[in-house]
Formats: sequence, C-alpha cells, structure tokens
Amino acid sequence: MAEVLDGALTAKDFETDQEVRWCPGCGDYSILKQVQKVIPELGVKREDVVFVSGIGCSSRFPYYMNTYGMHSIHGRAPAVVSGLKITNPDLSVWMITGDGDALSIGGNHLIHMLRRNFDINILLFNNQIYGLTKGQYSPTSEEGKNTKSSPMGSLDHPFNPAALCIGADSTFYARTMDRDPIHLRTILSRANAHKGTSMVEIYQNCNVFNDGAFFGMTDKATKGEQTLFVEHGQPLVYGANKEFGIKLDGFTPVIVSMDSVSEDELWIHDENDRGKANILVRFYQDPSLEGNFPRPFGIFHTEERACYEDLLIDQVETAKVKFGRGDLNELLRGKSTWTID
Amino acid sequence: MSATLEKTNEITILFAGDSGDGIQLTGTQFTDTNALFGNDLSTFPNFPAEIRAPLGTLAGVSGFQVHFGSIEIFTPGDECDALVVMNAAALKANIKTLKKGGIIIANTDGFDAKNLRLAKVESGVSALDDDSLNDYNVYKIEVTKLTKECLKDSGLGNKDIDRTKNMFVLGYVLWMFDRTLEPTLKYLSEKFKKKPEIIDANSKVLKAGYNFGDTTETATTRFSVGKAKMPKGTYRNIMGNQAAAMGLVAATQRSGLDLFYGSYPITPASDILHELAKHKNFGVKTFQAEDEIAAVASAIGASFGGALGITASSGPGIALKGEAIGLALMLELPLVIVNVQRGGPSTGLPTKTEQADLLQAVYGRNGEAPVAIVAAATPADCFKMAFEACRLAVEHMTPVFFLSDGYLANGAEPWRFPNSDELPAFKANFATSNDAPGENENYRPYVRDENLVRKWAIPGTLGLEHRVGGIEKEDGTGNISYDPDNHQHMVDTRAKKIANISNNIPLQDIELGEEKGKVLILGWGSTFGAIKAATKELIAEGHSVSHAQIRYLFPFPKNIEAVLRSFDTVLVPEMNMGQLDMMIRSKFLIPTIALNKVKGIPFSKNEIKDKVLEILK
Repeated sequence: MAEVLDGALTAKDFETDQEVRWCPGCGDYSILKQVQKVIPELGVKREDVVFVSGIGCSSRFPYYMNTYGMHSIHGRAPAVVSGLKITNPDLSVWMITGDGDALSIGGNHLIHMLRRNFDINILLFNNQIYGLTKGQYSPTSEEGKNTKSSPMGSLDHPFNPAALCIGADSTFYARTMDRDPIHLRTILSRANAHKGTSMVEIYQNCNVFNDGAFFGMTDKATKGEQTLFVEHGQPLVYGANKEFGIKLDGFTPVIVSMDSVSEDELWIHDENDRGKANILVRFYQDPSLEGNFPRPFGIFHTEERACYEDLLIDQVETAKVKFGRGDLNELLRGKSTWTID
Repeated sequence: MSATLEKTNEITILFAGDSGDGIQLTGTQFTDTNALFGNDLSTFPNFPAEIRAPLGTLAGVSGFQVHFGSIEIFTPGDECDALVVMNAAALKANIKTLKKGGIIIANTDGFDAKNLRLAKVESGVSALDDDSLNDYNVYKIEVTKLTKECLKDSGLGNKDIDRTKNMFVLGYVLWMFDRTLEPTLKYLSEKFKKKPEIIDANSKVLKAGYNFGDTTETATTRFSVGKAKMPKGTYRNIMGNQAAAMGLVAATQRSGLDLFYGSYPITPASDILHELAKHKNFGVKTFQAEDEIAAVASAIGASFGGALGITASSGPGIALKGEAIGLALMLELPLVIVNVQRGGPSTGLPTKTEQADLLQAVYGRNGEAPVAIVAAATPADCFKMAFEACRLAVEHMTPVFFLSDGYLANGAEPWRFPNSDELPAFKANFATSNDAPGENENYRPYVRDENLVRKWAIPGTLGLEHRVGGIEKEDGTGNISYDPDNHQHMVDTRAKKIANISNNIPLQDIELGEEKGKVLILGWGSTFGAIKAATKELIAEGHSVSHAQIRYLFPFPKNIEAVLRSFDTVLVPEMNMGQLDMMIRSKFLIPTIALNKVKGIPFSKNEIKDKVLEILK
C-alpha cells in the first residue's frame, strides 16, 4: 500500500456506517476491502468517485462505499453510467456487476458500453451462480450444473466473458480473483489508469450456493498448475515450480516443459496484441483436467481508443464554434415567419 | 380565356398517392406556402408504416390533408373540397372523404390497366372514364407524360424525371388556389444546394404545372382564401414534434440546466431526436441508445449527474421503460418521459394516432408509483407542455410524462412563437453543503422541503457523498430500510409529493362556452381541435355546450371537480376505450358519458357534434 500522506484519505474514509450484509465467508468481503484500500491511492477526490451497480449480491456494493453511489436496476447499470459519464466526464465511475447482471439480463447494455468505450471501470463479480435468488445456474455456470432450476443439469452452454468482451472490442480486459488480494489490487490500479472501459472479471467464491467453483485455481496445492498469471513482456510460464511454458506454433498454443525449451522460445505476453488476446481468451477449458490449458489471470489486452463521452463533448464544442452558441430566440423564430398587424 | 377567381373562407385539400410519390413533401410545401401567406391552418399527414409500400396498391396510399382558411381553423377538416390523386388506388381509398361537387385533380397516367389492377378495381374500367364521378368536378391531367415532356432535354434519367412529377401537381394546385411559387422555389434551392440540375428540373416542372393551369382550360374556376384574422404578432408554421423538441431546449435554457436526451428510434417519436441532434450548439447532448431501457436508464444517469435527463418513445418503448421510471421516482430525480402515442397494443398501428397510453402513464409500473403527467392539445401546444414537463420534473424532483400523439407530432399549425424572456425561468434546487447532517455527519439526501421535495445533490460536490437506489429507503438518510412503518410512510410521502404538484399548475379553464350549463365536453390531448370546432358550432346553434381541455392529467388541477359539477352532463371523447373517463369516474364518482374511437384517425368535428346533439335530445 502506498504511503499515507498527511490529510490524505485512507481505506477507512471509504467505509460507510452501514452494516455489510453479505453472507459470512463471501468472496465479496475481500473485494470490498481491496477496493477500499486501492481507491485512496488513486489520487481522486472522494466526491468525484461514484459507484453504480445493478441488482444481485455484488450490487449492494455501493452502499458500503463512502462515495457517491447508485444501486440501480437489474442489468441497466451500463446505461446509467453512460448517461452519468456524458454529463460529467470528470467523475471516477466504477460499475459493480455480477455474472447474471452483466451477462444475462444486462448483456445487451454491456456489449454496447464496451464498443463505445466510456471511461469507466467495471468490476464483474463472477461466481458462476445466482446468489441473491438462491442458487439457480447463471450464464457462466458450467454445462450440466445441478441447481434448483436445473435438477437434471443445466443445458446452457456458458458464456466465456473474456471472449465476449474482446469480441465486443473492449479496450481493457483483465481477470483476477477474490483470493489473491495483491493481484486484485494491482489490476484495480491498472484498470483505473486505463482511459476507456476497463473490464475486470473477478472470480468470486459464493460459499453458500457454489462453494469451491474456483478452488482449483485459488488453493495453494493446485493454483500453480491450474493458473497462468500473464504479465506484459514476460513469457507464459506456470506450474508450482514454473516448470511449464506455453509457446505458439503458428496460431496454435502448445504446452511445453521448461526442460525442453528456453524462455525466449515461449509466447511473450503483449497486452497490446489483440490477435494473441484472441487466443488467450480461449484458454477456457476446465484447467483441472489433464492436458487442458491453465486459466489465465492478469491483463489480457488493452488498447487506446477515443472515449464516447469525449467525442460527444467534442461535437458539442465544435457545434458551438461552427454555429455559434445557441440563441433561443433564433431557434423559436425558425427560418420563415410572417407578421400579422 | 382565363379562369374566374372565387373567394372562399376555407378549403380542405387531400393530396394522395403512392408513399413514394412525394405526397408528404407536396402537402408540407403547400401548407408552408399558405402559412406564409397568412392563413390559419391544420394538417393531417396519414401514411403507411412501410417506407416504400407496394406501388399502386391501396395499402401503399399516403395522404396529406390540409385545411386552411381566412377564419379560425381547428381541425384538418372532416370532408375535403379537393382531392389530388396520383393513381387509381389513391382515388379509390379517399373518394369517400370528398364533398359532393368537390374537385378531383387526377394524374391520368396513374389509371392505366396495371394501376387499376393493383388498386383492385374489379371492373377494370377507370373511374375517370365511366360516369361514377359525375357528382364531382374532375380535372384529368397527364402528369407523368407532361413532366417527361418538360424535362426531355434536361439530361436527367427517367427515374429522376419521374421523381419531379409531384412538383407539377404542386404547381397546378398552387395556381388553382391562388398562391405564389416563391416559397417552393426558395425551398428547392436550399434543399438541393449541391445539385443545381435537380433544382432546375424541379423548378421547371413546378412552373410548368402552374402554367398548365394558367394556359389550358382544364379548370375554369380558381379559389382564393384571404388572410386569417389572427391575433397580431409574428408567426411561423410548426409541427408537434418540432415544437416538443424546442420546448425541451427552451426549458433547459431557461433553467440553466444541460439537456441530456437518451432515445431509441421509434415511430412517431424519432423526429424529436432528429431535431434535438441538430441543436448541439445549445449544449444539448443526444444519445442514441442501444434500446429503450438503455435510453431511459442513461437519462436517469444524466439526471443523477446534474443534467436534465429526458427520454422519449411511443407506447411499446414506454412499456420497456416502466421499471426504470419506477427507479427514477424512487431516486426522486427529475426525468422527463415523452410518449408520442400511436395505435396499440403491441406494435399496433405505428404510423397512426391513438390516445390509449394514458393509463399506462398513470399506472404502468410495479408498486405504488405515482408520477406527474401532462399532455399537449395542439401541435404548437407541444412546445408549452414539453416545457411544463421539464419545469415540474425539476421543481418537484420527479419523473414527468409528456403525452403527445402521432396526430400532434406530424400535424402542423401556425404558431405565434414567444420571445425567450416571456418564458418562465425556473431553478433547480441543488444542494451545496451538508446543512442538515445525520448520524456520523452523514449527508441526508432525502431531507424534504414543505412540498416534500428533496434537494438535488450531484456527484462532484464535496461533503454530500451519499447512496441512492431502488430499494425502499429510510426517509431522510436514504439508507436501506425494510421497516413496515417506514414503507407506509414512504409510499404516502411519494404520493403526497406528486399531489402537491397541483399547487404549482394552473387551474382548469373553460376553453369555449359558459362556466356552467348542460353539456361539458371534456377532452385531453389532440382531440382539442375537433371538440373546439364542434363546440363553436353548437354554441352558434344556440345549445348550452362548453369545452374544457385538460392539459394536467396527474395530478388534476385543483378545481377540476368544481368545473365538472357545473354541468348537467360531462362528455369525454377520447381516441381510446375510455381512459380519462375511467379516471374521472373513479376519482369523482361523476357519471360521465364516454365517446370512444380507436380507428387510428382523429375524431371529426361532426362525430363529436352528433354525440352532443344526441345527449341534448
């Protein structure tokens, strides 16, 4: 954590006096804590920070942040923040959503927000289950999932959020997890630093309705084999003892033993390479099964692209220069009039 | 021999043809010419939902009716004096609206065998060639042929030439009704600035049409309608959607707020978006959202940020916005929702008019969810009532519906436009400091004034950090609360807050007639013209009839019950199955009489008049 300067805000300043009401042991607690820790380090004024959410367990988040906040309606937070950001582009806007909120009921808004590239940070809490409605399968639940609404197993093929976002031309996509606070904080800082829509998918454990969905990727014993932490400019290496690497054979990724290759033969991660990101997002098979790729974490891809709100404000300013500031009387009068004496 | 000029007080003309024949343009241009001349007028464009409906068919007929006069004009006219038809289908579809003895101007080239077949004229004989039109004055003109002849040396292709034939008709009609070509020539030169050959071609054909009337002996009588005696002032012609857009701009200019307009294209509301998108130099920000829900939700986000969030749609879109409107009323943020109503339910009749979304505006949300509702009565009135919707939304921190309809949206009338300083200025009550803190010095966003209105605390303001949401909240603090008594208190408070608006709107007046009497015709929205025209005639015929038009539908003006109880009978004509009627009956237990019409077209004056005469019998 950065050094706290005199008078500077601390994590405590971002806590509210409202009782946090998530289930004991919920992964959301960790995320809330890391967000409260990171925000004071970002150099933004508290009054300029706004948290907007949809509906779902994660969407209670704004009530626990001592900033401006809105708990809106199911799936529509992307539209709310779009209007907010167009109105006041100087705000630091954080959108809190879940896999149901963002990818099911709000799926349409999400993809449009990504292509428009508003300067907003999205934290997508993915627990692969509907928590608030007590345990139905979600659009990211694995096929065949047994839940109350799918007693014979769910039939839905799940969304791959990373592929969806890259497919919608997102300008920043990263994946992190509730159980790796340091990585989570690093990603949050990077997301905030990115000008554009920063999509952060956070694997979050729902210990009540989907306990252990990500244990293979978060438990010390298996994390090494099942996860791949990518960093810009670094080779793709993983394993408990970094004994595996990934190299590209043309467009085909191949798992190799580090005994047999040198690091410079490996796939070097490049955050700015959309083509490679398109391959990376496809590392989405069950990483616990033999022969499958590990699940990547980190910043998959980022690029610079103009933000919608800036383009719109540019047009407004251009119109003022080109046509002169609007004159209401001129508008009311229109082009042709006649007078009756 | 030149035609004689006959003076008359009013004329109704219907232009009809294929939706690709340029009928709307011809009608609009003829209207503007009469407006500039100084006539009072009212228009009724009536077109199919298909952009290019099958050529020559009855389904493809597009119409534009204009009623202009030297006297006060309230409606586009029940019956036509003249019918301009470009083909057999247009004649067949509209002949019933023509007065006996009326004029038919027909493009004979649209009556060939193919056109007769497409128009399903079973005999295969053109009405122009048998004696079925003996009751009318028929002027047969080979418009297509004459247009081609006129442009044979223009170098234009057949398609481009064919497109100008509406100008021939317009020229001829302008001649027949004693109007100049100048406004149209000016329009053409502006519209086709970059295509001089098109300006030339259209101008040439327009003049040819005029000269054709002047030099041939097709018609022996022309008609002249003098200027109308309207109140002194400067006028312009205005359409409802245009007026609504300007009302929104004016309201934000007069309140110093930024205008944010989130909208998804839908007939017949899209023209408001088009109009506003042109006015970015007023700081107007338009956002074409991905759907209706995003349109309203983005407007809510904008209002949260301190702009005036506005969204517009028609019935199907409003249905989608319902949940978000409920959110806005829970947040207690200003939001203006424009509903340019069209025929329903579902997709219904997209290009036709109806007033069947009133109860949707009143009740169309989950829970006890009152919002304010205002409605415009005429195209120009859209300006005033859109402005009022904004004022009430800001002064009362609430969603407000502004109801228009397809008839108002596309209809036109002369408008004695105001000067900007005649428009009321109003102010948003922004919170600037934490002057009534709660526990732990927290800002309390739901502290209310005497009207139960909260302050508008916008992100970026130091010390006012707070959370709002759609979950039931504790009054004052805004913290989530499931307390039973608090919920009752909040439901009561939100209802009272809306009811208080009745202290901030004008009293209900009588538009025409005495303050008390036998029959009151109570209208709302675009039935205004037909009701007023009927009332005027009934009064002139010695009947005890008055007309009141409600512009503030929720809450009602405070005196409304007293107004209604001053009459033996209250007649409520509506283009729905009795929605205002139901509201009046349920609120005041007054046994009103409903007059309902859901045909996608407005009431005629006579329909209302006949009903009143039946009541008075």
